[in-house]
Amino acid sequence: MSQKPTSLSRRDALKWFAGSSAASAIAPAIIAAPNETEQAPPSFPTRSAIYDPNFAKPVYPWEKVLATEELKTANSLADIILPKDALGPAASEVGVADFINEWISAPIDKHEEESEIIRGGLSWLNTESFRRFEKRFEELTPEQQIQIVDDICDATKSKPEHHIGAIFFQHFRSLSISGYYTHSATWKGLGYVGNISIAGPYPGVPDELIKKLGLEDVA
Amino acid sequence: MPLITDRKTKPQYDVIIVGSGAGGGMAALILALNGMKVLMIEAGRNYEPQVETPMFNTPEMAPLRGNKTPGKPFGYYDATVDGGWQVPGEPYTNKEGTEGAFWWWRSRMLGGRTNHWGRISLRFGPHDFRCASRDGLGVNWPMSYDDISPWYDRVEMLIGVYGENSGIENAPDSPPGVLQPAPKPRIGELMAKKAGKKTGVPIVAARRAVLSQPMQGQRLAKELFPNNPKAQEIMALDMSLRAPCFWATDCGRGCSIRANFQSTTVLIPPALATGNLDIITDAMVREVIIGPDGKATGVHYIDKTTRRDVVAKARVVILAASTCETSRILLNSKARDKAGLANSSGQVGKNLMDSVGTSLGSHIPAMENLPPLNEDGAGGIHVYSPWWLVSQHAKLGFARGYHIEMGGGRRMPTVASLAVLDSKSPTTYGSKLKEDARRYYGASFGFAGRGEMIPNKDCYSELDPNVVDQWGIPVLRFHWKWSDHEIKQAEHMQNTFAELIEEMGGKATPKSGRDAIQRPGEIIHEVGTARMGEKASESVTNQFCQTWDVKNLFLMDGSVLPSNPDKNPTLTILALAWRSSEYLMDEMKKGNI
Repeated sequence: MSQKPTSLSRRDALKWFAGSSAASAIAPAIIAAPNETEQAPPSFPTRSAIYDPNFAKPVYPWEKVLATEELKTANSLADIILPKDALGPAASEVGVADFINEWISAPIDKHEEESEIIRGGLSWLNTESFRRFEKRFEELTPEQQIQIVDDICDATKSKPEHHIGAIFFQHFRSLSISGYYTHSATWKGLGYVGNISIAGPYPGVPDELIKKLGLEDVA
Repeated sequence: MPLITDRKTKPQYDVIIVGSGAGGGMAALILALNGMKVLMIEAGRNYEPQVETPMFNTPEMAPLRGNKTPGKPFGYYDATVDGGWQVPGEPYTNKEGTEGAFWWWRSRMLGGRTNHWGRISLRFGPHDFRCASRDGLGVNWPMSYDDISPWYDRVEMLIGVYGENSGIENAPDSPPGVLQPAPKPRIGELMAKKAGKKTGVPIVAARRAVLSQPMQGQRLAKELFPNNPKAQEIMALDMSLRAPCFWATDCGRGCSIRANFQSTTVLIPPALATGNLDIITDAMVREVIIGPDGKATGVHYIDKTTRRDVVAKARVVILAASTCETSRILLNSKARDKAGLANSSGQVGKNLMDSVGTSLGSHIPAMENLPPLNEDGAGGIHVYSPWWLVSQHAKLGFARGYHIEMGGGRRMPTVASLAVLDSKSPTTYGSKLKEDARRYYGASFGFAGRGEMIPNKDCYSELDPNVVDQWGIPVLRFHWKWSDHEIKQAEHMQNTFAELIEEMGGKATPKSGRDAIQRPGEIIHEVGTARMGEKASESVTNQFCQTWDVKNLFLMDGSVLPSNPDKNPTLTILALAWRSSEYLMDEMKKGNI
């Protein structure tokens, strides 16, 4: 059964999440003979992208809110938070800004609060960049970007005039970490080596590690 | 290969089974293997684990990186489809005055909730069947451990359970040759075990319905079905075709290689192979039909695809629709007694119980920066703690026990896996942040308790006089109140977990029982709305799940449990369904039904 990825209006998506048509009484129709022989129903007669997703063709049933310009700023900041280095790819290579966009656009209460902080914060960042250097954040030199990031990376020490930026940075960093490490391309650098099949018994913990941790008496 | 090909029914069956989960699947298999003509009616859609399970799918292939949503409360890849604590078009309500709303989980799919569960398979123990005699609370079972233990043996052999015999009081051992070997513990589990030694909490191999090695189909089928060559042939082949666990993919997603137990992978395929089972999916049962002689003649269901009303007929009706749905069908059925079908005792809908649940976890410094190790394992726990203070309830201030489930370490990263960085490394960015992520990832461990709740008069379900679902069927209305036993037990759990965590080198602040206890219905172990018992005046069924009022009506799900021991209900539902199906066939042979 084919299902085209669709984009719902926000109102429809909200209804979808709220789940369900209202309860209604259906007048019983005919009592059918019990010896009927019919074709099996279609495999997924009640499939909905929320309650019964098709894993092979995931549907993203809401519109994403961020504009292209906002995404550029988001990508640029995400790459400063999680750059390409020996421990893995850059945030922009694993879709972190797209994930944040999807996350803050989801019609779920918690995400809507997050949306205000992230969108407001991205604008704050660009306003601050203009105030200091007369350019958008993503157009600044790395040194200029770091100057601003250092002013907002610690909400407990930031100056009052940077406080909004600092709150935004906290949230943006958390979401960036979530988006980054849920991409399998980052797992080697993180140290997750599972999701592969192993034949035979589960190998357990190597002896040298058991010894190192002093667990010989319980292994 | 679809499980079901045609939507066909015969004019008359030997047995109709409503529901396709643990109880319904087991009854269908046993009856079909013995030549009974069976119709299974399932409210949800057909579900094919072998093609639908997202075995190695990674989060970036999913919306919101696989995070939970209101329609998928356990995450995008959870096996449950068309289910959850809310099902579109099928509301339920909570009665005014309830202390906290009951959450009713449903799985509208073939195989029901067996597609998603922890596979934790613990036998109830001898004390559990005599609970009221021990502490004066609740009621005893109308059977003893000795009555059910041979059926536990059979179920464990049939579905495949890994574990060890630990010789702990009231956590029964299995006979030799029944269990499969348990997988070795992971790092955090070993550390917990060491902490348990210090704090006096025994931590032993878990028992889970997961194959750790191939099944010996020939041997098992011969032992399980003596004198039934056809059953031996079908089961030997089917068991031998199941693959053992390959130590990847969380069991909550289901299992396409059939290594873990689901009704849809273990019970329904061989039942269909007999040729004696028909299945109708997308069929919502409204009521049991009663003939003029007071016996059940069949069921009335709504074909969800056409919205037609249909009656299916049989000599025997088995309800295995899940605890609350089964009592709902009884209450909605027309009977001489206005209180609902099979309800001369007035116990239908009463004695609703869930498990007491609470959890506590912490960052564990000793787990930082360990060499990367594949800790996926069996997709669930490898160790657990059976209740170890069986004889000390007088001192404890609560009457019944709990077991502890535990886990942590290097699981497949989720959206929340590195939330620890918000506190451990709150201001970093760049390569330093990535080094910290590597340091703290997997360095956490947590404990969850599952405790026995005592039935009380304030926990029940009944029909809501004012609301129907989209099929026009009156819905359930719940009422709930925990007793002090549960609240104190939850507090004991919190204190025990905090001790274990401190011993492992972590930091934990235990919560009060009232703050810690999880929502009623949240643990999804609800049982008891049509309990079995010794007498018709006090219970809905006898020990063989046969209703006292209607001889050819059986209830084979969690609804019949008179108590809800801490050991999670699925294994016992399976054992009762098998035992009761044998009794049912005996009674039919004798002409009593």
